[in-house]
Amino acid sequence: MEQKIAVKVDDLTVAYNYKPVLWDIDLEIPEGVLMAIVGPNGAGKSTLIKAILGILKPIAGSVSIYEKPYEKQRSLVAYVPQKGSVDWDFPTTALDVVMMGTYGSLGWIKRPGQKEKKAALEALEKVGMLPFKSRQISQLSGGQQQRIFLARALVQDASIYFMDEPFQGVDATTEIAIINILKELRKAGKTVIVVHHDLQTVPEYFDWVTFLNVKKIATGPVKDIFNDDNLTKTYGINYKVSIQE
Amino acid sequence: MSNAQIEIQLIASLVAIACAIPGTFLVLRKMAMISDAISHSILPGIVVGFFITQDLNSPLLILLAALTGVITVVLVERIQKTGLVKEDTAIGLVFPALFSIGVIMIAKNANDVHLDVDAVLLGELAFAPFDRLFISGTDVGPKSLWIIGSILVITVGLLIAFFKELKVSTFDAGLAASLGFSPALIHYGLMTVSSVTTVGAFDAVGAILVVALMIAPAASAYLLTTDLKKMLGLAIVFGVLSAISGYWFAHWLDASIAGSITTMLGVLFLIMYLFAPSKGLIAVIYREKQQRIEVSLLTFLLHLRNHDDERERHVNHLNEHINWQKVRSKTVLDLALKNNMIDINNKIVSLTSKGDEFTSQAIDYIITNEDAQIEDMKDDFFLFRG
Repeated sequence: MEQKIAVKVDDLTVAYNYKPVLWDIDLEIPEGVLMAIVGPNGAGKSTLIKAILGILKPIAGSVSIYEKPYEKQRSLVAYVPQKGSVDWDFPTTALDVVMMGTYGSLGWIKRPGQKEKKAALEALEKVGMLPFKSRQISQLSGGQQQRIFLARALVQDASIYFMDEPFQGVDATTEIAIINILKELRKAGKTVIVVHHDLQTVPEYFDWVTFLNVKKIATGPVKDIFNDDNLTKTYGINYKVSIQE
Repeated sequence: MSNAQIEIQLIASLVAIACAIPGTFLVLRKMAMISDAISHSILPGIVVGFFITQDLNSPLLILLAALTGVITVVLVERIQKTGLVKEDTAIGLVFPALFSIGVIMIAKNANDVHLDVDAVLLGELAFAPFDRLFISGTDVGPKSLWIIGSILVITVGLLIAFFKELKVSTFDAGLAASLGFSPALIHYGLMTVSSVTTVGAFDAVGAILVVALMIAPAASAYLLTTDLKKMLGLAIVFGVLSAISGYWFAHWLDASIAGSITTMLGVLFLIMYLFAPSKGLIAVIYREKQQRIEVSLLTFLLHLRNHDDERERHVNHLNEHINWQKVRSKTVLDLALKNNMIDINNKIVSLTSKGDEFTSQAIDYIITNEDAQIEDMKDDFFLFRG
């Protein structure tokens, strides 16, 4: 049976000040995979996600989500930015941040109501943060802040989830809690794409992987392509990872 | 109070409200200096607008001058984007250049324009009631009041309509973009409102006070609340309070109204900076002192747990063993007793079961850095309040 393609990237090139950070990327992400994007610092991992989501404008190439441009498919996509990209001293509560996930379906001007609040509370419950709903976000630990971001993505009830380093600066318990939720999403037929740093955990957490270093090195099932050859090509040094069976 | 006095206070209050609203978002976006740039660089816009309209209160002049404000923002961003200078440098380059063009234009045409540099910097609030608006011959009040009133109505309307969009794009521009709320559109919308407000308030309060009215109330409110709506509300209240108290301060001193209002804004911020309940300087110092004591307490409890030997747990020996002075030892001992964490029998100190449990939890927390375990302890101790 032919698997549906959730995200298709064609000849994508992105530059900052005319210096390419992503060069001619072709990528097909099948529906229902839990995929890691790995690569060294400055490889363009976050940039790839931002370009797919239209946050950055590519200088060449195109992106489609289920065969249509992203602008027409926003409601199918949820995004978790890097935790460090926002100011956690912003005067707002955990619940309010999660509610922001509902803004997309509301569109301009319309305000969130009881239905949106209920959805946000359910998402908080799912990530184990319901007791913290009224807490100001600066009063949360790094792991809790990441869970709030995850809840905000869950509330969007999307088909495809993009997450930029969701495990950065979180404790071990939170990491396990997050990966379990991601695995549940996959089980429900969602596609999950994660920028990931810890190569050791790739085989354990993910079933699909993309190696990226300005250019795409390889993409495919972890069991087929997560090997020393591709790691060396991506990281430029003789990289060896013991793959746990 | 005379009519003129009431009108002046009303104008000052409306200006304060109109400034506090965009000001709150500028402060949260860390763009306070942009308002300084806008307030100065709209000067050439006002002068050119005056040449064209010959009326300082014409809506066209306001739009022209506001456009200069937006151009300022664009220029700053352009220069910054080259990567050759940082944002604050770009601001420092753009607005003095534009402002000086305005100053030269005023000086060259001093006879034609009833604008002078003093008025530009400090405003002429005291004269605002003299310039009246007549509708078919009837006096309906000072022109400034109508201008700033109209701007305020538009600002409040936009705030109510786009509150959610402003909030999400200010907090997380990346998310806003992915949801389809163009952060650039909202950014320039906010810049336009800030520019229009600045121009509208300019005539009444001048370039320097406009900045103070945008930033100081929002910065004071930020120290008091963790809720965006409350922050907006408090900023408005602080702005109006400063405007009215500043007016009477000036009345009493027989001095500049604009200067007095700005002084009041400064005093208000200083009070909040010192006395705000959780973010104020005094609260922070108090909290740090508490934390020091509690770290000592924990050290003390840990010492008790690690030593079964009675000699190590004798009250007198503790001073020497943990190497503290008398006062500190006593404070810590009292704190531990008060919380039922220790027993003292014949001057031998021992942990109670509560003390033992507390110590284990605290150590666990410090080692694993997991918050969930110490939720219940947070109320009793400052140490874990982050």
